[in-house]
Amino acid sequence: MLGFAQLFASRLVKALAILIAIVVMNFFLVHAAPGDPAMVMAGEAGAADEKFVEQLRQQFGLDRPLHEQLATYVGKIAQGDLGFSYRQQRPVWDILAERLPATLILTLTAFLLALAAGVALGTLAAITVGTWADSAITVVALLAYATPIYWIGLMLSLLFSIQLGWLPAFGYETIGAGYTGLAHAADVAQHLILPVITLALFYMAGYARLTRASMLEVRGQDFVKTAKAKGLSQSHIVTRHVLRNAILPVITVAGIQAGQLVGGSILIETVFAWPGIGRLAFEAVLQRDYQVLLGIFLVTSVMVILFNILTDILYGIVDPRIQAAR
Amino acid sequence: MTRRISGLTLGFPTGFQRAAAAGLLAAVLAIPALSGITAAPAAAQETPVKGGVLNSIVQPEPPTLMLGLNQQGPTQTVAGKIYQGLLTYDQKLEPMPSLAKSWTVSPDGLTYTFKLFENVTWHDGKPFTAKDVVFSTSKFLMEVHPRARAVFARCESITAPDDLTVEFKLKEPFPAFLQSFEVSSAPMVPAHIYEGSDFRANPANATPIGTGPFKLKEWVKGSHIQLVRNEAYYKQGLPYLDGITFRVIPDAASRSLALESGQVQQTQYSDVEPFEVPRLKALPNLDLSTKGYEFVAPLSWLEINHRVKPLDDKRFRKAIAYAIDRKFIRDKIWFGLGRVPTGPINSVVKFYDPKVTTYEPNVEKAKALLDEMGLKPDAKGVRATVKIMPMPYGETWTRLGEYLKQALGKAGIAVTLESTDAAGWSQRVANWDYEITTNFLYQYGDPALGVARTYISDNIRKGVLFTNTMGYSNPKVDALFASAAREIDPAKRQADYSEVQQILADELPVVWLLEMEFPTFLDKRVKNANKTAIGVNDTYEDVWLAAK
Repeated sequence: MLGFAQLFASRLVKALAILIAIVVMNFFLVHAAPGDPAMVMAGEAGAADEKFVEQLRQQFGLDRPLHEQLATYVGKIAQGDLGFSYRQQRPVWDILAERLPATLILTLTAFLLALAAGVALGTLAAITVGTWADSAITVVALLAYATPIYWIGLMLSLLFSIQLGWLPAFGYETIGAGYTGLAHAADVAQHLILPVITLALFYMAGYARLTRASMLEVRGQDFVKTAKAKGLSQSHIVTRHVLRNAILPVITVAGIQAGQLVGGSILIETVFAWPGIGRLAFEAVLQRDYQVLLGIFLVTSVMVILFNILTDILYGIVDPRIQAAR
Repeated sequence: MTRRISGLTLGFPTGFQRAAAAGLLAAVLAIPALSGITAAPAAAQETPVKGGVLNSIVQPEPPTLMLGLNQQGPTQTVAGKIYQGLLTYDQKLEPMPSLAKSWTVSPDGLTYTFKLFENVTWHDGKPFTAKDVVFSTSKFLMEVHPRARAVFARCESITAPDDLTVEFKLKEPFPAFLQSFEVSSAPMVPAHIYEGSDFRANPANATPIGTGPFKLKEWVKGSHIQLVRNEAYYKQGLPYLDGITFRVIPDAASRSLALESGQVQQTQYSDVEPFEVPRLKALPNLDLSTKGYEFVAPLSWLEINHRVKPLDDKRFRKAIAYAIDRKFIRDKIWFGLGRVPTGPINSVVKFYDPKVTTYEPNVEKAKALLDEMGLKPDAKGVRATVKIMPMPYGETWTRLGEYLKQALGKAGIAVTLESTDAAGWSQRVANWDYEITTNFLYQYGDPALGVARTYISDNIRKGVLFTNTMGYSNPKVDALFASAAREIDPAKRQADYSEVQQILADELPVVWLLEMEFPTFLDKRVKNANKTAIGVNDTYEDVWLAAK
């Protein structure tokens, strides 16, 4: 148990160093793009004069030298302050906190659904390899993987909301309905179905293909033959021997994808008008809303680092040899 | 003010979309085939009924609804219901009362006196008086609003003889002054909230307080903006609607679906991409109108940097004009929306004169002009190479760029297309770092307000957008715009503007492409909407919803 704590602590220290590097790099990255928020706002206004742009730059602190802006920014981050979006006239943390739940509920649900369904389908395909069931799963997975995600979204929306009228086409909740408690949860869940299915289909396809390939590889190994020779049941062999060994690459990929939960749903959020953080990031890029963009980058980086640590820990639990070898 | 970026448009395969839409259309058409029977109740419904919520779209989502601080297109549509100006304008651009009940202009054109409506209150219950008007025009807007600053800087004094009277005294006559009181040009803001504060940082900006018929109830960022009836509105019995909800829908295809499925009853400006218009127009529950944009009267053009050779030669610019087919652009790229322009003034704006040199498509003439300049074709048929940077404001502008490449190519002008995003575009155009770009500007009801700024040499200002970024300079043009701006005799004004239009049409400082029209879709149940020159940006005090 001590080894585990040590591992965790050393990873945290490394993570902190990486995070600082990321903050600084991101800062220069967003300032490298041409144009600035004052210019964008002047463009949107359709009329401008020198004073207008000057006032905005002064208010946004853009008239200060870049290194000074960086120092201010890093100083604030160190105090846990993500800064202030002058465009929206609100603290960045408030803006993110407002958008994060919508994104997380969407991506986490889709992620878990995709993982469960993908592993199940991949396993099924592997144990029925060569039969019609295997072919069907492979074809569906290939299609889901290859079709553009926004196109699936629009088609599902056309079918289920416009043609059949079963589900809402977009949005997070029914506006002005004033639901509370369970009724509110049911309302959000209803709005959640189409975007979750769209997003999950894409990820699921990857997991299914990966699980199938990995299972087929493990199935041919000696210890599986030994298990068979011992007379273990088919289901026991599949779950305890084959799947447990075959699942490692799936965990690797899932770990990487989990890190992208915050930023990886821009297209879905756009098609379904989902008020999440992916869209916020996209708009912040176009509007050069530096502070918001940096805030999202930071949150995303933290997520990636956390999920990497989590993945490492999970490896050790699933396959104790990995920890022993460390 | 006011531009809408049409949001992100996903590269949606249009062929498939049409096929899917055809199926959809069949489904929609199947329902209302009983029009004969509904005719009688429809007539009875012409008496306005109170109640109901109008759903529309706001896209892109504005950063704030404080109209004095932000005049982006979507801000105007929403905040135009919350804030009011002294005047609004009919579709011929004649002034109509808004917060001002009546107004007079002295014969020397120097004094403008406005009488305000009685019993007007702010949304927080405080009375609206002439003091607010003086504060708004002499302090607030002068500090933060670039367009209003240019107008009210012409005032010698702005005073309030009594609570319901405001008097503007000008330093010299400026007849366009009367066109400057529309809600986005000069929104009235509450003095009791802003006086003495840092206007841009005032916490009240998050909860706009206006005088309009609707109040902000809720704004869920990324989702919707909900307005509700102002029960204390000074016009008895108005507004009719209980509220207006604006939904944020970032994807263009989803916006069309929202309209089609009846989830919204109104779209405006660039909510619907031009290629969707023919399809949506055919839906039985929708009315399409291109009116209500007379005040903005957008005119688009090829903006040409005169500092780059051979673009400084008017023969080259004329060659470009002859090489392109503007009817084709209107019909095939904008799907019939808009009019082919003749000169710098949009034909719906006052003092427009069609009697100028025009340029019918003629590649031979273009080649002859290039020959005359000594630009002979090389082995590949290329006479000159130019860089075109289309505006990053939606798919339609990208298509226009592709067309221009083809069309100019035929005359021997090779085109390199450059791509950028909104911020990059603004930066490069403002700093004259481009060769040719597409652009469109609003004309704001009078050439002195929205046209002169593009062509006069005073307005060549590096780092500032929507100025004379081409670097065009002609003292005669400067003089004509200056004298027309202060001329109070309409006939003399017309003569000045006619002459300047002739000169500009001959020198082609820019190549005008299209008098743009935006499609406003309204559900047939929505009555009384879109009647003025600012259309969807007006207050909607008397808009009502007929029963289903």
